[in-house]
Amino acid sequence: MANRFEPVIAAFCCHYCSYTAADMAGSMRLSYPPNVHIIRVPCSGKVDAIHIMKAFEKGADGVYVAGCLEGDCHFKNGNVRAGRRVEYVKKLLDEIGIGGERLEMITMSAGMGELFARTASDFTEKIRKEGPNPVKSLPGAAVRSAAG
Amino acid sequence: MKTDSRLEKVLKTGGLAVTSECGPPRGAVPEKIREKAAMLKGYVDAINVTDNQTAVVRMSSLAACIFIRQMGLSAILQMVARDRNRIAMQSDILGAYSHGVDTMLCLSGDHPKFGDHPMAANVYDIDSVQMVQMVKQMRDEGTFQGGGDIENPPKMYIGAAANPFADPFELRVPRLAKKVTAGVDFIQTQCVYNLDKFERWMAQIRERGLHEKVHILAGITPMKSAGMARYMKNRVPGMDVPDELVNRMAGVPKEKQGAEGLTIAVESIERLKEVKGLSGFHIMAIEWEEKVPEIVERAGLLPRPEV
Amino acid sequence: MITAERKPMEEIMGYVEPCQRILLVGCNECVTVCAAGGRKEVGLLSSALQMAFMKSGKVLQVKELTLERQCDPEYVEELVREIDGVDAVLSMACGCGVQEIARRFRDKPVFPAVNTSFMGASERQGVWAERCQGCGNCVLGLTGGICPIARCSKRLLNGPCGGSTGGKCEISPDVDCAWHLIWERMKALGMEKSYEQVMPARDWRTSRDGGPRKIVREDLAL
Repeated sequence: MANRFEPVIAAFCCHYCSYTAADMAGSMRLSYPPNVHIIRVPCSGKVDAIHIMKAFEKGADGVYVAGCLEGDCHFKNGNVRAGRRVEYVKKLLDEIGIGGERLEMITMSAGMGELFARTASDFTEKIRKEGPNPVKSLPGAAVRSAAG
Repeated sequence: MKTDSRLEKVLKTGGLAVTSECGPPRGAVPEKIREKAAMLKGYVDAINVTDNQTAVVRMSSLAACIFIRQMGLSAILQMVARDRNRIAMQSDILGAYSHGVDTMLCLSGDHPKFGDHPMAANVYDIDSVQMVQMVKQMRDEGTFQGGGDIENPPKMYIGAAANPFADPFELRVPRLAKKVTAGVDFIQTQCVYNLDKFERWMAQIRERGLHEKVHILAGITPMKSAGMARYMKNRVPGMDVPDELVNRMAGVPKEKQGAEGLTIAVESIERLKEVKGLSGFHIMAIEWEEKVPEIVERAGLLPRPEV
Repeated sequence: MITAERKPMEEIMGYVEPCQRILLVGCNECVTVCAAGGRKEVGLLSSALQMAFMKSGKVLQVKELTLERQCDPEYVEELVREIDGVDAVLSMACGCGVQEIARRFRDKPVFPAVNTSFMGASERQGVWAERCQGCGNCVLGLTGGICPIARCSKRLLNGPCGGSTGGKCEISPDVDCAWHLIWERMKALGMEKSYEQVMPARDWRTSRDGGPRKIVREDLAL
């Protein structure tokens, strides 16, 4: 198991739900994989297509956007709009061969610490099966990061 | 008489005119046209030849009309605005008239989206109302759209279509009035199934005296099956098939549905004969031309007048 | 505005495949408003292209730049400072912008990254619909402010045809029947009478049929 692939997961978490759920998971002593890097956002609707693309460009193997349950968005419908944007980027990722399945939209409430932990584990396992983001495993990426 | 059209002569007698149609084949097979036309001989006054109906490529209406003329029958050239600009239209009209085709029907045409060439450009240089104006100008003023004189102007008897059932209903008579203003001589309507609504439409026409300015032929299409009735009701834009008709078709065993459809057609004609201002019937038996004689005979429309 | 949509990635990648360095140029006008080729879309396409090529081990260098207007020579001139050393320009503007770059930089290949669609208006957020075909002889004054040429599928000037059902066009229940709309508007304006005036056949020379068009304003010439 020493060479097991450890994916890098970027999770854009809404301050009002999943970010708080992550906190709750912590206080409940629920463990979730350290692969998941949480980026706190004021609303899932704040996550733009370019943020997701940059995450992949910089080496994320998987990305998920976690917003409030439908109808619970603090800003009315930011979560719904985030969901549509995620769908758009999934198609773009398919078009360029990265694979739309590396990106998901997930919804939860602030009280769902357990769901947060389980989602983090499940998504990490799913991406582990997918394998590394094809972009970062290739020589071009090294050149690019050296140049950049 | 404006023209030598057999249809015009029949209509002038004051009796009910009968026309039918045949759709040209999807191939260079003139026998098909001759077969269909032969079935109609003696039963109708003139035969419409459709122009790539439902935007599906077929033998040209003009060529098929010539075959029908060669059989000594009267053909009605249908022409849609979809495929030709006014240069091509006028040129085809000269060609048709030179071959003895003296009656035509001016149509917008089904959108290419419905046909077998949805990728084709649609022309719509002019619309059907403007086409009527154009043909009338060619006939009565002897000039082309560009203003030039025509040597031996084509004396075309000019028809157009009307759909009493499309929306908005309140515009249906005003739109017909536009065609009358443009100079149309006769009208063939969309298939009539909703007789009540058709009678309401005719009442509006009489109210405005339009029936005195244009001859109206009611469209009759026998239904082959309950399936066809349902298809016409649900899938064909601008078609009005009442539920009771669909139910009546569905209420008889499958093998007898065709006969029921013919009976409905005959009953419709008999009822519509009484409608004041109606000048005849246009029987469109789609790929069922062989049944036209039976309908004409049972509806008491024989013999056709010698004119 | 002029509306556009991004081309499929495969087509765009086919254009720039032989290039090592490209200049990706957006436009701050119509294509920004319809979210097809503004600064944001330039960033997204740049990222997508770089990742797509990186997959095959190739580093595509993308210089991003969004001009105020790609259809005006003054703004296109700004590219002079950026264009040296790039193998090609990829433009996210409408066809006018692409052609303006091609005209200014004769020896530089320029490729379109969007399909220019139509002149339209925004019906709601994220939805644009065709409104004008630029026929060069506006009839909106006669048709209640609704264009039969752009909005009737058969561009009938004496519609509606027999395919109008419940206010919708025969080609699709998603398309409004333009003549239904015109009639409703005529009624609202008390213009019913004018409906029955036959609109004569049009002179299409003012439209594309007369050949490529040009507007010359001597009073504005420098």
